[in-house]
Amino acid sequence: MVQNIIDVRNLSKSFDISSKEPGLKGTIKHFFKRQTKSLKVIKDISFKIKEGEIVGFLGANGAGKTTILKMLCGLIYPSEGSILVSGYLPFRRKENFLKNITLIMGQKQQLIWDLPPIESFYLNASIYDLDKLEAKRRIKNLSEMLEIDEELFIPVRKLSLGQRMKSELLAALIHKPNILFLDEPTLGLDINAQRNLRKFLQKYNKETNATICLTSHYMKDITSLCKRVICVHEGSISYDGKLDLLLKKLSPVKEILIVCRSEEDAIKLENSGFTIKNKIKNEITIKIENNSITSSLKTILNNFDIEDLYINEPPIDEIIGRVLINKDYDI
Amino acid sequence: MNPRKYLKVYTKFLHTSLASELEYKTNILIDLITAILSLIGSIFLLSIFFQSNGSIGGWKFEEALIIQGIYTILNGITNTWFNPNLTEIVKHIREGTLDFVLLKPIDSQFFISLKKINPSGFLEIMLGFCLLFFCIRINQINLNLSFMTLFFITIICSICILYSLWFFISTTTIWFVKTWNAIEVLRSFLYIGRFPLNSFSFSLRIFFSVFIPIAFITTIPSEVFLGLSQLWKILLEIIVAAVFLTTSRKFWLFALKFYSSASS
Repeated sequence: MVQNIIDVRNLSKSFDISSKEPGLKGTIKHFFKRQTKSLKVIKDISFKIKEGEIVGFLGANGAGKTTILKMLCGLIYPSEGSILVSGYLPFRRKENFLKNITLIMGQKQQLIWDLPPIESFYLNASIYDLDKLEAKRRIKNLSEMLEIDEELFIPVRKLSLGQRMKSELLAALIHKPNILFLDEPTLGLDINAQRNLRKFLQKYNKETNATICLTSHYMKDITSLCKRVICVHEGSISYDGKLDLLLKKLSPVKEILIVCRSEEDAIKLENSGFTIKNKIKNEITIKIENNSITSSLKTILNNFDIEDLYINEPPIDEIIGRVLINKDYDI
Repeated sequence: MNPRKYLKVYTKFLHTSLASELEYKTNILIDLITAILSLIGSIFLLSIFFQSNGSIGGWKFEEALIIQGIYTILNGITNTWFNPNLTEIVKHIREGTLDFVLLKPIDSQFFISLKKINPSGFLEIMLGFCLLFFCIRINQINLNLSFMTLFFITIICSICILYSLWFFISTTTIWFVKTWNAIEVLRSFLYIGRFPLNSFSFSLRIFFSVFIPIAFITTIPSEVFLGLSQLWKILLEIIVAAVFLTTSRKFWLFALKFYSSASS
């Protein structure tokens, strides 16, 4: 049986936030008497993650995804509740725990700016107490997986964002962590670089059975990597489960554009009981529920003279976007 | 704590930061010239003070040069280690890159205090020692083992006090986010360390001994150098250094509980 590697129970986190009124008066008032209030950014959340799982955290900006990730890796102390990661209390940051995890942030970097990435890799290797031979072997393996070679010897400041991100990944994975926390790892990368990174993460997960917790605003990252998603809305979990189930729930119907051979056929189809979205001459768009799509299509093809048909899936970004911006959305 | 691992990591720190600095040759050259000019300027300033009076606060010019020599060594250490590392703490906290440090299986204080070095500070350290050797000649000081041991103990204590003060201020960034000014105030207080403590009024002497122990940093090692220091003063400096070091360590560990990381 696969073990739970992350166990979060009734976790909450509050921050003291100061607010400032606009203008000079507000600035002076803010300087002398700061108005602070306690803001609960994470509200009583619980979830478990199994070893080897890839879980995507979805949510709008400021929903609390990064705060959850930072509490899981031990950077932020929780205000209430408990977290166990690989059997450790993360905020104690025990050496063995730290050797098991890694955090990659798309918008921050740990590589030494003026030196080639290889120097940062060997520095990290010494911090993780790896001997030179082992470090060399791991750098070779990972650089092959990431498809970087010459870039290892070029100063970081001269690398492209994609090459830098690959190098960041290598630096973060040199100690073979079992749990990867990835905070928007594809941020700012072009489409090819994003695809390569996703391919690498899939391969790494397959080869090492590492658990991956991922936040990303690029839906493609989530759909191609994560079977399970946790939707965070204003600090609470609004959905925790399989991604395809979520999509089915949120988008129970598909739109089908049917091009009939004649306008008469289109009229016949219009009156045959299907839910019609619109009709323009011999082109008609109907809505069919996901669970009856095969039988409905069979009926249409058998009874009408059809020239062509297109199945339109609503874009996943649009579907998820609806959940993220509407707090009352019923999942 | 595994000393072998820490030594290995420190060797890597030295290697990477030297390599980083050597990428900018002109910058190093300018730093070297600045260090030489700064020492010449300081000695010139000191000589102006002593031109009208034969002595200030009971110290002759030749003796005051010892304080200048020790100050130069400490300033070199500041520029080599403290300045490149401890000013970075503010940046680490403001930009949230402290996250990477805290997630490494290594002591975070060790990492952020020693990761970088500025090689041009080495010249200042060497110049300081040269000035001290010159002072040995002109003050006809007898070198012996106990003298050397006491001198190095007091110098190490001075480094510890200086480091702790600076580290303490930098740590407060976790709450106040920007503390550049406080560090600048500390640096300007250190300039006072170029002059003998006795040259200040009684109230200032108390201030610089009790509140900001600049007196311990340069004057006591100088007195040891001249064979004038009393044992209680040396013991007091050791105690002050130990208290400062321990407090700054505990304060760092306490402050980390309040670290909220920067938003992404």
